[in-house]
Amino acid sequence: MTSQIGAVPSAIPAARVIVRRRQRSNLPMSRQALLQVLCLLITVTVLFPIVWIVSIALDPRNIARPDGLNLIPPGATLDAFAQVIRQPTQNPVSFPQLALNSLVIAALVSVASVGIGVLAAYAFSRLQFRGREFLMIAVLAVLMLPAIATIAPLFVSLNKIQIGSFNLRASLVGVALAVTSGQLPFAIWNMKGYLDTIPRDLEEAASVDGANRFQIFWRIILPLSKPVIAVTAFFGFIAGWTEFYFSWMFLVGDTKSWTLAMTLNGMVGQYAASTPWSQFAAYAILVALPVSAVYLYLQKYIISGLTIGGVKG
Amino acid sequence: MTVLAATAPTPRRSAWRRSQNARTAYMFLLPALIVMAVITFYPLVFQVWMSFTDYGLKNLRATSPAPNYVGLANYGRILDNNIVIPNFDFVRILVFNLWWAFSNVVIHVVLGVIVALILNTKGLRLKRFYRAIFILPVVIPQIIVATVWRNMFDPTHGAINYLLQGTIGVLFKMPPDSFNMDWLNQPNPIFAAGPFILPLAYFALLTANVWLGWPLNSVVATGALQSVPNDLYEAAEMDGAGFWQKFKTVTLPYLRPAMLPYAIYGFVITFNLFYLSYFMSGGGPFGQTELLVTTAYRLVNEQQLYGVAAAFAVFQFFILLAITLVTNRLAKATAQFDA
Repeated sequence: MTSQIGAVPSAIPAARVIVRRRQRSNLPMSRQALLQVLCLLITVTVLFPIVWIVSIALDPRNIARPDGLNLIPPGATLDAFAQVIRQPTQNPVSFPQLALNSLVIAALVSVASVGIGVLAAYAFSRLQFRGREFLMIAVLAVLMLPAIATIAPLFVSLNKIQIGSFNLRASLVGVALAVTSGQLPFAIWNMKGYLDTIPRDLEEAASVDGANRFQIFWRIILPLSKPVIAVTAFFGFIAGWTEFYFSWMFLVGDTKSWTLAMTLNGMVGQYAASTPWSQFAAYAILVALPVSAVYLYLQKYIISGLTIGGVKG
Repeated sequence: MTVLAATAPTPRRSAWRRSQNARTAYMFLLPALIVMAVITFYPLVFQVWMSFTDYGLKNLRATSPAPNYVGLANYGRILDNNIVIPNFDFVRILVFNLWWAFSNVVIHVVLGVIVALILNTKGLRLKRFYRAIFILPVVIPQIIVATVWRNMFDPTHGAINYLLQGTIGVLFKMPPDSFNMDWLNQPNPIFAAGPFILPLAYFALLTANVWLGWPLNSVVATGALQSVPNDLYEAAEMDGAGFWQKFKTVTLPYLRPAMLPYAIYGFVITFNLFYLSYFMSGGGPFGQTELLVTTAYRLVNEQQLYGVAAAFAVFQFFILLAITLVTNRLAKATAQFDA
C-alpha cells in the first residue's frame, strides 16, 4: 500500500513536466505575435518621452521651440549641454556650482538618515521594550505625512537660529535638516523591513560565543545589511539631489546657494519664455542622468529592498 | 562551539535574553529619537500651537514679537474658503485629491498586473529586453518627469499635439490647427458634478502619472506571480479551468497579499504627490487640479500665511490619519515579522 502511494505521485510530475515544456516553450505563433505587438506598443509609450527630450537636447539647430515631432534630429550636437553647463539660466551660476550645492544636501541627508536610521531599525526589528508599538506607530504616522506638511514650523523655527550673519534656515544645512525630517522615518521603516528577514540563528550563535548586542550589530548585522543600506542611502541621496520645495522656500533669496531643482523651476512654467527648449532638455538630462544610472545599476537591490520593506512591513 | 551550546544552553540563553532589555533598545534608539524629536515631532507640536495664532511675516525674526492668539479662526477661514488663494475651495480640493489618488492607483495596479502577466508568459521572446525598458520610468527623478511632461503637453509646440496631428490628423485628413489642444489650461471641465470637477488637465496629469506609476506595480506583481507554484496551474488545467478561472482561483490569491499593501502605499504616495500638479498644471485651471500638498505649499511659500498653513497641515494630518486607520486594518503593517 505505502509503496504504491509513494510510486504513483512520483511518476505523474515527471510526465507533467514533459507535457508542460512541450506546450509552453512552443507558445503558439499567433499568441506570440499578439503579445509581441502589445509589448512593443508598451515599449513605445515608455520610450516616447525619453526619446523626445533626448532628440530636442541633441538637435543641432539648437531650437528654442520644436517645429514638429522630430524624434530623430538631423544630426547631433552637444552645444546645448555646453551652454547649460556654463550657465543654465540668467542667474550667474554654473551647473557645477548648482550641482555642488545639491550634492551637499544629498550627502548630508543620505548619511544622516542611514546612520541614525539603521540603529533604530535594529532596535525595532530585534529588541523588545516598553513603548515599542507606540514608537513604531509614531514613525509610521510621520511616514504617512508628506514632508511639506511641516514646512511652516520648520521654516519659522530654523529662521530663528541666527549666529552672526549665518541663518540656519537660509543655508544648505537647514534644507538638509528639513529633508532629513521627512527621510528618516522612511529610512527606519525600509531598513527594519530588511533586518526582519535576516535569520536570528546567526545572532544567537554569536551570543553563545559571548558577543554583546553592539558587537553583534556591528560585526554581523551591518555587513549583512549592506544592500539595504546602499539602497536607503541612495534614496536619501535622490531626495536631496532633486529636492525642490524646501530649497525654493528657504534659499530663494541667495543665488549662490541655489540648487539644481530650483534652477529647473526657473526654466519651466512662468519662466519658460526665456529658455530655449534644447537647453531645458539638456539640463533635465544632466540632472537625471547620474541618479538614473546609479538607480539602474542598483536596481536589483532596490527592488528587492523596496518590496521587502513595503510588503512585509 | 557546538559542544558549548549543547551542554550549557540555559544560562547563556538567559544572558542573551537579558541583553534584550529596554536599556539596550533605547541606546540604539537614542540618536533617532533625539533627531526626530527636534526636527520632526517638535515641529509637529509647534505647528498645532501655530495654527491657533496669526503667525505671519511680522513674527519671523528672532527679535520679533510673539504672534496673537486667534483661537479657531484659521480653521474657520479654511472651511469657509476665506483665503486669498484664488479659487480656493477646501471641499473641492479634498474630493479631487481623493479621486486623484484612487483613480491613479486603480489604473496602476491593473496595468501593472496585466503587464506582469504578459511578461510571465512562458515562451515569450525578448522578456529581458522588455523588463529592462519597462523599468525606465521608475529610475527618472519625479521632478524631471513632471517638467518633461509639462513640456510635452505644451499647446503649441508639445509632443502630444504633434503626435496626435501626425497620427489621427493624417489618418482622418484633419487640418493641423485642430491639434492646438490646451491640455493643461483648457477652462471648460470635462466632467463636473458639485464639488467633483475633472478638467482636461486632470487627464493630462493622469497620463503622466500612469506612465510613471505602473512599472513598479508590475515589478511587485511579477514577484508575486513567480511565487505561485506551478503545480497549482497544472492542477487547475487538469480540472479544465480556462484562463479567467485560473486567474481567479490560482493567481489572485497569490497576488492579493503582495499587491494590497503596495496599493495602499501607492495611494498615500499619490495622494501626496507634489511634483506633477505643481509643475505640470500649476494647480490650474482655476485651481481645479490643486492637491492638499500643493495648496499647503502655496499658503506658506506664496501667501506667507504661516498660521493658516499650520491649521491646514493639521487638517491634512487628520485626513491622512483617517486614510491610514482605514487601510492599516487591511495591511497590519506593524506586525513583527517573526514574533
